[in-house]
Amino acid sequence: MIRRGFFSLLPAVVAVVLAMVVTGLVIALTGGSAGQFYSTILSVPIPRVSVTIVNQTAMIAISAFAAAIAFRMNLFNIGVEGQYIAGSCAGAFFAGSGLVAGPAVIPATLVVAVVAGAAWASIGGFLLVGRGVSEVISAIMLNYVALTMAGYLVNRYGVASGYTFTTNPLELNQQPVGFQVVDGPYQVWALAIIAVLVAIGYWVLINHTRFGFDLRASGASSTAAAASGVDAKKMTLIAMALSGGVAGLVWMPAFFGSVHKFGIPENFQSGLGFTGLAVALLGRNRSIGILVGSLLFAFLSAQSNDLQSVGVAPEIISITQGVVVLAVVVAYEIVRRLQIRREQESVARELASARPTAEEASR
Amino acid sequence: MRRLSTFAAAGITASALLLTACGTNADTSSDEGSASASSGGSGDLKVALAYDVGGRGDKSFNDAAYAGLQEAKKAAEFESTEGEASTDEDEATRENRLRGFADDGYNVVVGVGFAYSESVNAVAPDYPDVNFAIIDGFDPDEEENANVAYLTFAEEQGSFLVGAAAALQTESDQIGFVGGVNNALIQKFEAGYVAGAKEVNPDIDVAVTYLEETDVSGFNAPDDGQAAATAMYDDGADIVYHASGASGAGVFDAATQADKFAIGVDSDQWQSASAEQKPHIMTSMLKRVDVATKDFIASVESGSPQTGYTTFDLKADGVGYSTSGDLLTADTISQLDGFKQQIVDGDIKVPTAP
Repeated sequence: MIRRGFFSLLPAVVAVVLAMVVTGLVIALTGGSAGQFYSTILSVPIPRVSVTIVNQTAMIAISAFAAAIAFRMNLFNIGVEGQYIAGSCAGAFFAGSGLVAGPAVIPATLVVAVVAGAAWASIGGFLLVGRGVSEVISAIMLNYVALTMAGYLVNRYGVASGYTFTTNPLELNQQPVGFQVVDGPYQVWALAIIAVLVAIGYWVLINHTRFGFDLRASGASSTAAAASGVDAKKMTLIAMALSGGVAGLVWMPAFFGSVHKFGIPENFQSGLGFTGLAVALLGRNRSIGILVGSLLFAFLSAQSNDLQSVGVAPEIISITQGVVVLAVVVAYEIVRRLQIRREQESVARELASARPTAEEASR
Repeated sequence: MRRLSTFAAAGITASALLLTACGTNADTSSDEGSASASSGGSGDLKVALAYDVGGRGDKSFNDAAYAGLQEAKKAAEFESTEGEASTDEDEATRENRLRGFADDGYNVVVGVGFAYSESVNAVAPDYPDVNFAIIDGFDPDEEENANVAYLTFAEEQGSFLVGAAAALQTESDQIGFVGGVNNALIQKFEAGYVAGAKEVNPDIDVAVTYLEETDVSGFNAPDDGQAAATAMYDDGADIVYHASGASGAGVFDAATQADKFAIGVDSDQWQSASAEQKPHIMTSMLKRVDVATKDFIASVESGSPQTGYTTFDLKADGVGYSTSGDLLTADTISQLDGFKQQIVDGDIKVPTAP
């Protein structure tokens, strides 16, 4: 049991260490100071940065769970990016429209965001089921469509703010109070709690429901699942819609927590969809793994902010994050093969020792 | 096996997506090490520059701000540092950057690019002793900030002049404009450029393209810039003006390949262009971000910091055009001088929106 826990954790730790070493090497090779990189990245974050890390962890985790739902079905939903842009844009327009007054706007907006994200993901789902279009190809294109369309809608129907346009901001009584964990004007967003709820919901859904079993079965072997009565097409559509629905929620903590309006580039954070994909891989589609992976990515990104002052381009952290993901994938594959070999050996040994016993019995 | 390949492919793709973000900056990281955080000096002035996405090395907007910092250092000794936005960062990260500078004792903090408007507005009230400035900035709310300077430019006036230059030297009566992002700031460039061209030739054909609707990636996409400009040259245009930051490198490549002309922006881009590109960069619309940066630092140094809105226009030599490479004819230059005088005198009113 201890051995098993060791085996499931070790590759992740090795991957993180390897990634830090590789990044240090890259910095040293390009004439920077690897030592200052390490001391900056590995320093204890000051309170306001800690709050940023927690908030970012929440959004990255929601995005990663969205990706993980599809991964479990063996679907590569690279469209989380476009789906959460669609959800954010639709949600913010709805919230700013004044259709729902007061705090009731919060649940209503969440519903709109989920529906918009699910609808956007379903385009890819239907194209895959109906026309056999790879969900990866359609999603990449739909990401660009979502970004451009959101920009067009805000430019056309938004309100001017400086040089850009945004949706109507939330009223004061529609802005939930966050968690005051440190002094100063920094709060953990109220809706960061969504990440925890999604984590629990994901764990229950995948491991303790019939739907989750069907999903995993279809992902592991679509033919075997079909033979036992699982409708693969229906499962694909539902998995994509569910994945997109969760994706629609990604930016909602920031929207209600601090931004209060939608507008690219200042009043929106793009790129979380791709981060989520990487974190889902890093966390191996498991609830705890995803939460820890989200924290790691949020930590690295937030800490990289100070890198420029020691003469290192902050983008270098993308190398660390990329190597972590690659190394984790490779490391777990190696461990998996080692375990298979060990199991085969032990089975062979048992068979070899079992045979004489059988002969003795027949004598 | 199938499971492995999907998983591995997904991992590689995800890593590639993450890594693309750092591609453009990897080559600049080495020389930043030597120049930034350079200390020295005796005064109590400490200056921090916070760049937008792209950072130093864009041969355009951000580099101009850095040049202003270097100019200021010639006049006075002081300590300086720089910070840079990364792609896809949120407001809190921008604010953390500014607060970090202020906490470290930097009393002059310049946000390079309008994207810092909201974050400076949020941070400035907490640091009344720090002098903030935002290049291209604006105040997003009604409350005035006593310690923030908004340094804006009359880009439409400079663009008017290069538009007139294009109209005077085109042979096909067809010219083009490539904007990085379709927002009100870049539309000022378009409006002035079109107005200048029409002033010379009311029948001129001006093609207009924006690379992105709202996403700032339009300022960092040379391949998109090249595709847009190539399409214009193929359609018969012979001069294309870009206001697209680092995407402009693609516009210059397109001009070089098509053997046509391009017009640079912000800095004198002929200076930083490659030898093949130089004969094709007719002129550049100068936006003196360097002057604005230097003047602001000097104003703090002298004890009377600039605050509120300051517009750098033709009259103040805040905008203009370059003549490097001698590709503008003497006749063009004399006509441009005439237009310039008319704008300064108020006889020509240049529109700020298309």
